[in-house]
Amino acid sequence: MNPDVALPVLIPFIAGALSLVFYRSLSVQRWIGILGTGALLVASIYLLYMTYTQGIRVMAMGEWAAPFGIVLVADLLGAIMTVLAAILGFAVAVYSLATISRDNIAYGHFPLIHLLLAGVCGAFLTGDIFNLYVWVEVLLVSSFALLILGGERAQMEGAIKYVTLNLLSSILLLVAVGLTYGMTGTLNMADLVGKLAAVENQGLVTVIAMLFLVSFGIKSAAFPLFFWLPASYHTPPVAVSALFAGLLTKVGVYALFRFFTLLFDHDVGYTHEILLWMAGFTMITGVLGAAAQYEIRRILSFHIVSQIGYMIMGLALFTPLALIGGVFYIMHHIIVKANLFLVGGVVYFLRGSYDLKQIGGLWREKPWLGLLFLVPALSLAGVPPLSGFFGKFIIIRAGIEQQSWGIVAVALVVGLLTLYSMIKIWAEAFWKAQPEAHAERAAQFTAALPTRSLVLMLMPISALALLTLFIGIGAQPVYELASAAAEQMQNPQIYVQAVLGDSQ
Amino acid sequence: MEPVMAIVVGALFATSIYMMLRRSIVKLVIGLILLSNAANLLIFTVGGMKRGLPPLIDEGMKMPTGGWADPLPQALILTAIVISFGVLAFAVVLIHRAYEVVQEDDLDKMRSTDT
Repeated sequence: MNPDVALPVLIPFIAGALSLVFYRSLSVQRWIGILGTGALLVASIYLLYMTYTQGIRVMAMGEWAAPFGIVLVADLLGAIMTVLAAILGFAVAVYSLATISRDNIAYGHFPLIHLLLAGVCGAFLTGDIFNLYVWVEVLLVSSFALLILGGERAQMEGAIKYVTLNLLSSILLLVAVGLTYGMTGTLNMADLVGKLAAVENQGLVTVIAMLFLVSFGIKSAAFPLFFWLPASYHTPPVAVSALFAGLLTKVGVYALFRFFTLLFDHDVGYTHEILLWMAGFTMITGVLGAAAQYEIRRILSFHIVSQIGYMIMGLALFTPLALIGGVFYIMHHIIVKANLFLVGGVVYFLRGSYDLKQIGGLWREKPWLGLLFLVPALSLAGVPPLSGFFGKFIIIRAGIEQQSWGIVAVALVVGLLTLYSMIKIWAEAFWKAQPEAHAERAAQFTAALPTRSLVLMLMPISALALLTLFIGIGAQPVYELASAAAEQMQNPQIYVQAVLGDSQ
Repeated sequence: MEPVMAIVVGALFATSIYMMLRRSIVKLVIGLILLSNAANLLIFTVGGMKRGLPPLIDEGMKMPTGGWADPLPQALILTAIVISFGVLAFAVVLIHRAYEVVQEDDLDKMRSTDT
């Protein structure tokens, strides 16, 4: 019995329920927003510490032992993801105080954030595939509602595509779960490891693996299933966009890592080859899509897609070093990507537009904002000594060791094109002078922004930028953590042993 | 019984995909509804279909004797029905609001956010 495993799920649930109780009092909701996500951060760091020092933590719901009961399992991968979700939740909650309109808070911005975090943490910590489906639905429903709060035309149009394709992927997930149950008679991930290996017709296992791949491929916005993402992520308020950008696709990536290291490693030559091709095309299409855009949030949305490719590449190469690289990359990406969206939000509140052609002159006016943009932007492109450099370095090195020259070349070129996109934002929004035609609107927006809001926005941005610097300069401890997580992924027996005990 | 159900499930999937490929958002939602029902029926079928064999344990025994119907798929379906009901209710409200805002039910006319 390890109640610390359940805390990262329980805390946001309780916080969400409390915010609903105080539905009419916006200030109480704001406080619960900060305190709830703060408590979640503490609980998840504690969980990571316990998992790192004492091995995989398991909690059986209602003391019903696995494989019959539902278990929550925190291995290092799950614990790391939970900490990242909590960091992002806390940062976005602080950022929301300054940027989310009164109306949106009155319609339930904060309760939805809490429930989204509960769903995300539940998905990271569950050890049961049907339970995973349920958590995914919890986070999806919250994200649907967050996406359309405000009710503008763009939000409606984006939401229809987002809702349809994500529902389709959930139903595919449900179908795959049902077929897995029909074939093996169990839903527990640890139990499935042995039962799937014992299935007589391994071809059927591969078919189910492909169903899971398509389902999680839609969720993680991998090629050729990513079209919902650039159509919807730029429509909600920027704090929500940042949360989505950091967390939602990463649930899909996490599930891919979990399923294709733990359950479906029987035919690596087939499944992981497909993953490798997916990774390459995801990187290229994402980065080329971004190069064609002139709106900050759209550029960043396309870059989510291209970055997902690097993570899947780490999984697809399937060597110890590549998996370390994949985990490292996820850690770096969640923080950096969300931070870029948050900086984009500040640009909007200072200039009144996200369109690069209408804005400019920020470096002259607010040089510190330029620095805060450069840290995550250069990190995303992979400039040393920032976090992105080490993530790319590990993954590309793993590719070279495998002699997969094609994917290595793609990864390097995509890195260069990422730099191009980031420099484009830098040159247009910060470097060039403010275009005269839009100067009036920009001046109005700058004047209307209270200092208190600006400080509130810059606090999470600075904190995330510091984290990026830390992951880059202090790469060694982070690398140790990632390699411990990768070691657990490499040896499914550790996971099985922890969940099922010695009865196996 | 299973072959018949397999055909029914296949037909439902095909119908729902066809509906989702139409341009009208109402048909899109109808497609989603059919899709979730098809998935539920599929789980029901792969769980094995047996008649009149409740999974009850006779007195003094540790296991049910003879054949029994697996109750777990039904629990899964029940959960999935509840979830899809909630989600589809949201989807219906969404298309209603989208129609009010955009004044159009043709997906091809909702392209302002595409790139």
